[in-house]
Amino acid sequence: MYVHDAFDRRLIAERVEEFRDQVRRRLSGELNEDEFKLLRLLNGVYLQLHAYMLRIGIPYGTLSSAQLRMLAHVARRYDRGYGHFTTRQNIQFHWIKLEDLPDAMADLARVGLHGIQTSGNSVRNVTTDQWAGVAPDEIEDPRVWAEVVRQHVTLHPEFTFMPRKFKIAVGTAAHDRAALRIHDLALRLHRNEAGEAGFEVMVGGGLGRTPFLAKTIKQFLPKHDVLSYVEAVLRTYNQFGRRDNAWKARIKILVHDLGAEAFGREVEQEWQSIKDGALALDDAAVAEIAARFRYPDYERLADDPVELKEARAGDRRFETWHRSAVARHRLPGYAIVTLSLKAEGETPGDATAAQMDAIADLADRYSSGEIRVGHEQNLALPHVRQQDLYPLWRALDAIGVATPNVGLVSDIIACPGLDYCSLANARSIPIAQDLSRRFRDGDLARDLGRLHINISGCINACGHHHVGHIGILGVEKNGEEYYQVTIGGRADEEAELGQLIGPAVPYGEVANVVEDIVAAYVELRERPGEIFIDTVKRIGIEPFKERVHATH
Amino acid sequence: MTSPLHQKIKVTGPVVVTANRLTDGAVIYRTASGQWTTELPGAAVVTTSDAAMALLTAARAEGVRVVDAYVAPVDLSHGKPRPGNLRERIRAAGPTIRLPAPEAANVHVCA
Repeated sequence: MYVHDAFDRRLIAERVEEFRDQVRRRLSGELNEDEFKLLRLLNGVYLQLHAYMLRIGIPYGTLSSAQLRMLAHVARRYDRGYGHFTTRQNIQFHWIKLEDLPDAMADLARVGLHGIQTSGNSVRNVTTDQWAGVAPDEIEDPRVWAEVVRQHVTLHPEFTFMPRKFKIAVGTAAHDRAALRIHDLALRLHRNEAGEAGFEVMVGGGLGRTPFLAKTIKQFLPKHDVLSYVEAVLRTYNQFGRRDNAWKARIKILVHDLGAEAFGREVEQEWQSIKDGALALDDAAVAEIAARFRYPDYERLADDPVELKEARAGDRRFETWHRSAVARHRLPGYAIVTLSLKAEGETPGDATAAQMDAIADLADRYSSGEIRVGHEQNLALPHVRQQDLYPLWRALDAIGVATPNVGLVSDIIACPGLDYCSLANARSIPIAQDLSRRFRDGDLARDLGRLHINISGCINACGHHHVGHIGILGVEKNGEEYYQVTIGGRADEEAELGQLIGPAVPYGEVANVVEDIVAAYVELRERPGEIFIDTVKRIGIEPFKERVHATH
Repeated sequence: MTSPLHQKIKVTGPVVVTANRLTDGAVIYRTASGQWTTELPGAAVVTTSDAAMALLTAARAEGVRVVDAYVAPVDLSHGKPRPGNLRERIRAAGPTIRLPAPEAANVHVCA
């Protein structure tokens, strides 16, 4: 858990009062909308189809139980009793009133939460692996480095008005759970031949209208140079990034136009001039930040305690859930538990205030008061004793967050789409709900194995459709909702962009097309254990195209 | 560059002027008497470019009460105006999905 100090608290509280005054001036007419829009977008406040939306960052996806209870309180008191967890470790409230925003922000500030830099052309919430600090395959806790960067770029005047928004992700594990290569800047910790840990720096990733995977511009950056190097990347982008055309303003376009090598040379030149200055990190500074991350007083436990063995043998539903939702922890006797926010027929990523309160209570009881938020729009409890898994499951099941579909076909990532979003062309959520009903058969889903469906309601790609194993993009054709379907995308360490499987299909046909793709996969896979994305990689998309075209 | 207030609006059928209410973002429509209503049937419907522009100009002059006023199509084939496209249907009627019923759920922790 990250511990906020007096400086953090004062900074957020001052910002709330500043915003309160800005809202007052807007409501009185002192500020017009053009003036106010700029200010609200510095604080995560959007105006959507039906209401204002407040987006709150959850840095590196780590929440305390007190913070989750506060989110429940905000949902209940100022919104409509629920919140929506996004694909970038944020939560959004979709029905908040402008006049209530300052009070809601003041309540959130009491637990260190805020919407600063969750919108606008700033450095957005720095994200990472939701299993940070507990994953068995990580070199070290990535949150320390995410926090180093976060502190530096928060309210940094040079990076408050960049050509466009800027998204940074940090990963330190062998398996990429942070979708590094779709970020503007990604830092991947790895070891060199000498066994030292340093960062691979990747830039220019991003989805949207022109999708690119990030390209490596530095293979090995010593850890203590991370801040100066990030600064050099931001300065280079700030200087050369286009400001004349919003569609060409992201760093991915600059890196593409200049070429990664040339961009890297510019960064290197800038970096050489600042690397030994004030931004060079010393051990004490890093240790000071690392000390703010507190871990539970873990017990010395053994794996597979008798309580767990008995429960797995005696309760089939529990065993099914265990296989789906429970992952290895770096310590024996502990587990990481994923809470599925993808119940059949529900909205991906939504949690009610009652669920949030209940999860906070369960985190206190079973996970040292800590909750994690992942980019797949699920939650996780990171410090669960294996001996507690059975009673925890019963409690999670009772509140509807134990659907045993983690990583399976109905664990769908979806943006809010045209049901909420003023940018959207088509709906996402009803498509996700329909698919979750089509694939409600758990045995079938488990037979299919890992299969990620991602849905976006417009080309801005908040649902990361380009990197879904099956990606679905809503478009508008002659006033009707149509959907383009891609296959072969993935967001992990073998990141790929999906390829179109055919012409766009109308709303009512999407689930049928997905069923056909899945049926083709079952026919084409080499063996039951070959997952969908490996089959696509092995044989390409053509055999899928042929089969899907034959029926549509 | 032409000021937005002097731009021409292409109108090919019945339209209304709609916006979001400043205080809470609610969807509102301009009425014939220069007021705002949350009910589409109460909106002023016009069919020409000039009339739409006049309605919009008056609406935009009220920058304190409303945000992002624009012209939206409506369908009159059933008598009273109905939203003219999907986006406007969703704006008028709300999300097409069932919203969570938070406090009605019988949530309890049985551990």
